[in-house]
Amino acid sequence: MIRKMFLTVLAALLCAQSAFGIDSAPAFADPAMQARYDSLIRELRCVQCRSQSIADSNVFLAADLRRQVREQMAAGKTDAEIMQYMTDRYGDYILYTPPVTARTLLLWAGPVLLLLIGAVAVGIVIVRKSRLPYIDPDDPDSKRADAPSEASAS
Amino acid sequence: MWRFLLPTVLFAALVTFFAFGLHRDKETLPSPLIGKPAPIFTLPHVEDPSQTVSNAAFAGKPYVVNIWGSWCVGCRQEHQTLLEIARRNEVPIIGVNWKDDRAAALEWLQTLGNPYAQNAFDGEGRVAIDWGAYGAPETFLVDAHGTVIYKHIAPLTLDIWDREFLPLIGLNARSGAAQ
Repeated sequence: MIRKMFLTVLAALLCAQSAFGIDSAPAFADPAMQARYDSLIRELRCVQCRSQSIADSNVFLAADLRRQVREQMAAGKTDAEIMQYMTDRYGDYILYTPPVTARTLLLWAGPVLLLLIGAVAVGIVIVRKSRLPYIDPDDPDSKRADAPSEASAS
Repeated sequence: MWRFLLPTVLFAALVTFFAFGLHRDKETLPSPLIGKPAPIFTLPHVEDPSQTVSNAAFAGKPYVVNIWGSWCVGCRQEHQTLLEIARRNEVPIIGVNWKDDRAAALEWLQTLGNPYAQNAFDGEGRVAIDWGAYGAPETFLVDAHGTVIYKHIAPLTLDIWDREFLPLIGLNARSGAAQ
């Protein structure tokens, strides 16, 4: 009984999910156009909500920008022209993949740079450690750094 | 010596980097419109839909474009400032009423006062997008050549108006008397 109720509630919640979806109807009948549209709106940032693309956001500005993309696609504009339209108004910030410029160089090179710094650090540690004198754990005569001192052993 | 110096220097560099990042203003996006010709629009009037408003009619002299909506809390905050600017009669303010309810906009103007020389009704939000608006209130300054020379995002204060806007059009902070 409880199981049945749980399943009913779960099913209802799943249905509700799709009701909250953005633009419930597909924008274009042509699947190729729809795919282009989907990838375009994922590449555009919702400048009002920052951490979402306009594909994910329900804010009215995101909806308006999706409308602009739809209209321009329907008017035969290319992807590059649509992106240009957006950056003319909102700057490179609206692009999720900003172009490599002097200002964004650190952004693009940063991960590689950090990886290099890490690799160099690891290399230095390995070289250093390999030069330390060998200590045999089974040899009672070898000196153990972690051996308790005579005084504290009482 | 290096063992301690190097991590300390690196740590200090990181702290400096993050400190600058923390205090940088990340809310205000630079407008690509600055230095470009102002986008020309023609929209229905807020008060009288049968009339149109165009910023082309204001060309030849500096003017302000203020993007607002009755849904916008910051617009209420800056309203007194706009009224004062209008009272000084220095620069005309063209309102772009962004995705608003016309009745709500009219009520706003009646109860709070109307600082706008003309008020355009942008129900579909197309003009706001042309101006790169992403959060009202936004205030643009257009010079006599029709070039956008300044943009202020967030509520306008008289202090900001006097300090940032007026010098750009050759007026001093006192009043419009400097013309």
